Amino acid sequence: MMWDFLMHNSPALIIAVPLFAAFFTPVIGRFSKKAMYAWVVGAMIFTEFLVLILLYTVYTYGTQIYVFGARPYSMAIPPDSGGIPVRIIFTVDSMSVFMAFIAATVGLAGAIYSVACEKGQSGQEKYYALVLLMIVGMLGMVLTGDMFNFFVFLEINSLASAALVSYRINKGVSVEAAFKYAVVSAIGALMILFAIGILYGEYDALNMAMIASRMQFTTLDKIAMALILVTLAMKCGSIPMHFWVPDGYGKAPGAISAMLVAASQASLYGLFRMCFTVFGLAASHITLGYFLIILGLISMFVGVTMALVQHDIKRLMAYHAVSQTGYMLLGVGVGLATWGTPAFSQYGFAAMEGGIFHIINHAMYKGLLFLTAGAVIYRVGTSDLNKMGGLAHSMKYTTIFFIIGALSIAGIPPFNGYASKLMIYESVYQFNPLLAVIAMIVSILTLASFVKVFHSAFMGPKIYPDVKEVPKSMLAGMAILTFFIILFGIFPQLAITYLVQPAASALANPIGYISRVLGGGP
Amino acid sequence: MLYNLPYITVAVVIAIGLYAMLYKRNLIKIVIGLSLIESGVNLFLVSLGYVQGGIAPIYTNAPKTEMVLPTPQALTLTSIVIGVATTAMLLSFCIVIYRHYGTLDSEKVRRLRG
Amino acid sequence: MMSKIVRTQANILYPLILIFGFYIVAHGHLTPGGGFQGGAVIATGVALVAISFGYGKIKKWIKKTNLTAAEAVGLLSFIIAAFTGIGTSFFCNWLANSGLIFGDTVPYGPNPGYLNTAGLLPIMNLAVGIEVLGGLGVVVMYMLSAAKASEVK
Repeated sequence: MMWDFLMHNSPALIIAVPLFAAFFTPVIGRFSKKAMYAWVVGAMIFTEFLVLILLYTVYTYGTQIYVFGARPYSMAIPPDSGGIPVRIIFTVDSMSVFMAFIAATVGLAGAIYSVACEKGQSGQEKYYALVLLMIVGMLGMVLTGDMFNFFVFLEINSLASAALVSYRINKGVSVEAAFKYAVVSAIGALMILFAIGILYGEYDALNMAMIASRMQFTTLDKIAMALILVTLAMKCGSIPMHFWVPDGYGKAPGAISAMLVAASQASLYGLFRMCFTVFGLAASHITLGYFLIILGLISMFVGVTMALVQHDIKRLMAYHAVSQTGYMLLGVGVGLATWGTPAFSQYGFAAMEGGIFHIINHAMYKGLLFLTAGAVIYRVGTSDLNKMGGLAHSMKYTTIFFIIGALSIAGIPPFNGYASKLMIYESVYQFNPLLAVIAMIVSILTLASFVKVFHSAFMGPKIYPDVKEVPKSMLAGMAILTFFIILFGIFPQLAITYLVQPAASALANPIGYISRVLGGGP
Repeated sequence: MLYNLPYITVAVVIAIGLYAMLYKRNLIKIVIGLSLIESGVNLFLVSLGYVQGGIAPIYTNAPKTEMVLPTPQALTLTSIVIGVATTAMLLSFCIVIYRHYGTLDSEKVRRLRG
Repeated sequence: MMSKIVRTQANILYPLILIFGFYIVAHGHLTPGGGFQGGAVIATGVALVAISFGYGKIKKWIKKTNLTAAEAVGLLSFIIAAFTGIGTSFFCNWLANSGLIFGDTVPYGPNPGYLNTAGLLPIMNLAVGIEVLGGLGVVVMYMLSAAKASEVK
């Protein structure tokens, strides 16, 4: 009974539980700080549990839909609506739930990490409320099947993250970064809203499946597509529009940088969803595919070359985040460019799998690296690499976590970065050998850059004699992400079978998505 | 021509907003430009659903007269609410920046480089 | 602190603004307007008093903690109202046409309905109204206090 209830209502509860927890956090925080920490972490654990239930449901029974306010919850098209889905519909296919798993896991690690990291700060009730709201934004973006709802969650996500970036004022520098991020994401969101207005005016619908099935691909649609794709590419931090990334990631508190990675991945999901499901049936796959491939290539290469010259540890990692996003764009772009041709089953699908697998791997190891950087800054008090040194003597566990993250991002076996990068190299090589060679060079440069960080921060003589290991809750946050890195590194087949392969095939099957909402499907 | 007047206004308002954001150096003027763009988009949404001579769509059983579309109005309201939140947040950022930098000139508010 | 004329008219207008705001909130399901608009009108009342009497005086009358509490109460009652329908679906309007409070059936034919209808919608409007008056009020108060602090520097 309870099980059935949770299974059916999990798409709504995944949004509702953190939302309720966010609104209740200030009330608890007024009475007791400890109870508030327990409340926030408990809410995140429950959300993660709900995501796992949803993962199981989608894996077993296929795409789930949840219609808000309908009787019953599964009725997408009311009988008196003339065949148009009028309500807000959550369409949860394997890709959505895969992204929801990433968002919930990174959010959980970030929440646990924050407990010790932000202990001395003022205004913690608001901090945790915003953290939960940011997670709601990410989860909503990936679960929703409605264009306007997507915009609303995008805005919740950007507002909460901009406010969190400025949480530690830091002599105004963080606020400057947050201002930049907020202005850029607000313009982007308004452009998406404009595009949604165009699509609504043409097709009288806001549901993604409905728009996709009615898509004529007129000039207006092309304008709308350009606005949406460019905005989402900006939000996920690919190169020509990357200028907010180093500032935003670099100046945010440690846990928030890790969660911003997951937030960017949610925008990346939006980009893929628009490319494949909404515009994929009408638009030219080659054009869209090459759009993603070129974005990916530039991001990979410029990101890593910019990272090599940085002295600030978090700014360096932020440029690596840009560079790693390029791998996902490259993998999925190759899949999109070959979609519908015989090459798709030969290597295109494998490239997509590689790109999608890289999303979860990147969220885990880059999240871990940002958490270790936050731990270093928490103890040392500076983010300048030239002033650090010898931390391995006193911060053993942080050093181990950093090594794992750094080896993983550089694609060294047996960590998870190796698994996904290998899939990308193999399949992209068949598409065009040059692309694979560039990807490998970028990987080598990444390794070089992290060797530099490791050497200047952790090796050498002890400069800071009174530095201790960070508190346990920060270590616990890092350990959660490390667990997944090692799990996916040693058993990549596990992740591919249960998470990645269903996600890739769901993304490559827009007809199934549309028919599930509009009827006619299972 | 007259029928397209709202859309022309939308284009003009968004263009003014973009101009303010790109060429003004004061941070508050940038926020004003953002608000202008938002108003333009809202006007676009409302004019999409406008029906000439239509009545407000609040009837339970609709009379035979034409009604304006309710959905764009709902979208506009949501967008206005979000816009208020964005503007309030950006203006608070401006206050904090002014307190720490002593200026709102975007050429001088530049400690993040590289 | 502004001139006596402004303060006197603020005294007279303040209750009227509050009543008008709550009218808009309560009739959200019947007339244009609703929770957000009504709450915004009430927050303009706060802004009016705050500007005409100055922040130093007003902060004793209108406490920021109370406004924050109103915000939390509004948000929580909104989400709880949404949760009550979880038996069928989240946000399900089970109260409409049920005969309970706000549960009357709208008579057939073209009419704009009357107050005691529409189920959960008026309740949600009320919740949003309380939330917005708290939220916007607190924004106004914080901005004023920040402006005050910058002035001193």
